[in-house]
Order: sequence, then C-alpha cells, then structure tokens
Amino acid sequence: MNYQVEFHDVNVSYGSDIALRNINLQIPKNEIFGIIGPANAGKTTFLKAINRTLEFIHNAKTEGDILFDGTNVKTIRNVYELRRKVGVVFPLPVGLPMSIFENVAYAPRRSGIHDKQELEELVERCLQQAMLWDEVKDRLHMLGTKLSGGQQQRLTIARALSHSPDVLCLDEFSIAIDPVTTMKIEDVLSELKDEMTIILVTNLVQQARRLADQTAFFNKSELVEYGPTEKLFTSPDNQLTYDYVTGDFG
Amino acid sequence: MSNELNNPFAATDQERQAREKEKFIKLSTQLITWLLVIPVVAIIVFLVYKSWPALSVEFITENPKVRMTAGGIWAPLIGTFFLVLVSLIIAAPIGILAGVYLNEFARDNWLTRFINLAVVNLAGVPSIVHGLFGLGAFVYFLGMDRCLLAASCTVAVMTLPVIITSTKEALASVPMAFRVACWNMGATKWQTIRTIVLPNSISGILTGVILQVARAAGETAPILFTGAMISSRVADSGWDAWVPYGLEDRFMALSYHLYIISTQWQNVPESFKFGTAAVMIGLVIAVNSISIGFRIYLRSRKKW
Repeated sequence: MNYQVEFHDVNVSYGSDIALRNINLQIPKNEIFGIIGPANAGKTTFLKAINRTLEFIHNAKTEGDILFDGTNVKTIRNVYELRRKVGVVFPLPVGLPMSIFENVAYAPRRSGIHDKQELEELVERCLQQAMLWDEVKDRLHMLGTKLSGGQQQRLTIARALSHSPDVLCLDEFSIAIDPVTTMKIEDVLSELKDEMTIILVTNLVQQARRLADQTAFFNKSELVEYGPTEKLFTSPDNQLTYDYVTGDFG
Repeated sequence: MSNELNNPFAATDQERQAREKEKFIKLSTQLITWLLVIPVVAIIVFLVYKSWPALSVEFITENPKVRMTAGGIWAPLIGTFFLVLVSLIIAAPIGILAGVYLNEFARDNWLTRFINLAVVNLAGVPSIVHGLFGLGAFVYFLGMDRCLLAASCTVAVMTLPVIITSTKEALASVPMAFRVACWNMGATKWQTIRTIVLPNSISGILTGVILQVARAAGETAPILFTGAMISSRVADSGWDAWVPYGLEDRFMALSYHLYIISTQWQNVPESFKFGTAAVMIGLVIAVNSISIGFRIYLRSRKKW
C-alpha cells in the first residue's frame, strides 16, 4: 500500500510541554482522513509537523520520522516545495492584504507562473472549487480582507488549492462558514479526493463521519486509535473514543 | 423604593460616585493635554515676533556678511541640508536592514536580546557623548579629519537606534497571521517580507526615518567637534552656492551657527538670532508635517 503521510514514533514538544506523544499512523493516498478530539489534543500540531511549519515556533522540537510520499520530511532540503505540496486551511480566515485575485495567485507567482492567462484560469478554478467564484467573479480586484469572514475562509481554501497540493489539510475549516456553504464544500471535498489526500481536522464529529474514510481520535497529545470511520463510530476499541463520539465525553 | 420600581435604571450611590470620579478623571486629563499646546504656541509666537524684522527671502538666500551682522543664513542652511542628507543615506539603509533582521529573522536568544539592549542604550546616550565618540572614532581613528562625512557619520550613529526601533515597530504591526499564511504556501521568508510585510509597513518605516531628519537637523553637540565650522566662504550664486561643501570639507550648520551668533559674536542683531531659530523650527515643523501626512496616507491605505 502506498501511503501519502506516515508517522513513525513521532514526538513533538514545545519546551517542556508535550504536544504529541509517540504517534504512529499511516494515511493512504486519495482518502479523506478525519481527525477528531477535544481541544489541546495535538491536532493542529499534527498538521504543522507534516509541512514542517513547526520550525517557525522557536522552542518546538520534533522527534521520530514523518514520511511524506515515502520521503522523510527531515531530509527534504527544498522545504518550500514540501509546503507547496501541502495546502493548509486554518480555523480563522486570513485574507492577505491584497486583491482577491492576487490572494489566489500568490503561491503560483512565487513558484514561477507569470503567464496572465494561465493565472486567470488557475484562479477561477480554485475559486470555483472553494465555492466562492460566483460571489466574487465581478470584483476580483477588491481587497481580500474586505470580504466577510465566511468568504475569507473560502478564499483561504482557494489559496490552499492554488499550489496544487498532494495533501489538503483542513483545520476546523467550517467554524466561520454557514451550514449551507459548509455542505457545499463538503461535496467538493468528496470530489477532490480523487486528486489529493485530504486531512480533515474537525470538532464536528458528524462531519468526520459524513466525509472521512478513516478517522483518528486524538486525546491529550496521544493518538487513542484510528481506523475505518464506521468502525470508529460504531464499535471503537477504546472506551474513551466511544464516549467522545457518542457525546458522553468529559 | 418606589423610585426603583418606576425606574429600573436608577443609579445607586456607588454608581453615582463612580460617575463623578469618571468625570473628574476625564476633565483633569483633558486639561493637562490642552496645557501641552501652550509652550509650543508660546515659543512659535515669541520667535516669529522677535525675528519679524529679519525674516525675508534674502535672509534665507543670502550668505552671512560683515561678521554675521548682515546678509542671511544660506551657508549654514545648505550645510544642515547636506548634513541631514548624508547622515540619512548612511543611517537609513543600515537601520532598516537591522530592523528587518531583528524583527523578521532573529531568533529570541541571548545575542538578540543583547543587541536589542544595545540599541535601546545607544538611543539613550547623550548627544555630546556621541560628539566625542565621533571625534575619536571618525576624525582621529579613521583619519577622516573634521569634515562633512565625519559629522554625518556621527549623526548617523546617533539616529540609528531610533530608526531601528521604529522599523521594528512598523514591521511588528503587520499581523503574524499574514506571514504564517504565506509560509504555508511555500513562500520563503524573504518572499513574504518583500510581498506582504514591507509593502504594508513601508509608510511606518519612512515616518520613523523622516522624524529623524528633525533630530539630525537640530543637534549641535555631535557636529561640534567633528566638522562644523564658524564661518566658511560660500559662493553667492551658481552651482557652488547649491553644493558648497564636499564630503571632506568643513561646513556651517544652522544649529552651530545659532550657537555661535548667540554666544560668541558681538553686534549680531537680535532679530538674526531669533530668525535663525525660527527657520530651524520652521524646518522641523515642515518635516514633521510630511511625516504626519505619511501617517494619514498609511491609515487611509490600511488593508485590514
């Protein structure tokens, strides 16, 4: 089996705070991999470990091996290419202080695409995938920061797709989006998994159940268990998982 | 009791007291703030009144004549202009680059903290100490002799810490989330700085630099031993009147000129002394107005 992302005995700590403890898991290609768990469980740290943005946190320390498409990320010299292969959407929407068009064209421009027509097609495709195109197609040169919160969040999704990633990481993408748009984007995600692997961190356990092929349950910096979503939701191995997915947690 | 029943918003004694206190604090802080305007207005009115007989276009465009008892202040004015220009050409790039490094690249370790401490302390060094440092470092050690370059270097060292600090603050005002978003898209730190951070902080950086113009133009002590001279022959017209000093020449400067005519020379008309001061203050106000204009521009362009 060909895995997109593998964690082997991974530990992450911030100074003396342990954020991830002994994580072992494999995420197959072209799957939606759900990650659920309470606050402070290490879900966001997990995402940051994949594209090595943990390096920007000065006291973060990573041990163990993380393989991306078979390559140990530690050994990757061109970390920028790794980050382009991983699209990340954060919980809080951040429109860059430039036009909507430039927001989406930012990453392609940095990687050397300057042809106007190519950029226009790419921007339109990404905005359509993010369900934002119809709302902004007539004002692509308006500031991205002037959009509403939900629109900005879809803009960040379009941006994450703009560098054609192999893995799309969504960190609670729906907290700033209305339910109707959320459902539309969920449909898009189901289609997108033909092209890429999707890691979906979510606080809405039902969202994971709807979308994910496999789901992992994190708690207190540890991976409690992971497996096929239906199994995790109906007959998990661990009592904690059962309590969490049925809402008896705490 | 009945009052409370009729009006659920009736204030209790404690609330009334809190409101009284609020009113008092607001009024007293307001009064003190308004009082600040008095010295500024008083100085300007006094200066303009005293210098009125001397103020004219000729006072600015003519060189000092007859042991400074006639003519104008062109030679020191153009000297100050070049002092400020050269010192900014030296200090602005160094200060901005250092600020970019400290805010964008430097990790928070003992070396960075030591550098920051050094910058803060450098800003607190009295200007006369800068002057003596310049004398030792640039005039004697580097063998520049007393000249425009040595004085400009000294003034540059004096203005550097503030340029560094204001650059850092301008950069820090750009939200971290923008940088994180760019890094996650595979942008390098420099690409992020060039495309996001600098375009959104450049006005703030320039404001900090421009404010240092006023300081560089006003200080006397740093140039006292490093290049300013009491009197120099400057052409009355033509190219030489506009560029009278080379980098190796000693030069006249407004602040030093004011010091000399106020304390060292006899028979200088009173209005000349006040006129020189008025022109200096006018320069400072003009430069500060430019920087305020920049800030207004910055706010109107703010993109988030």
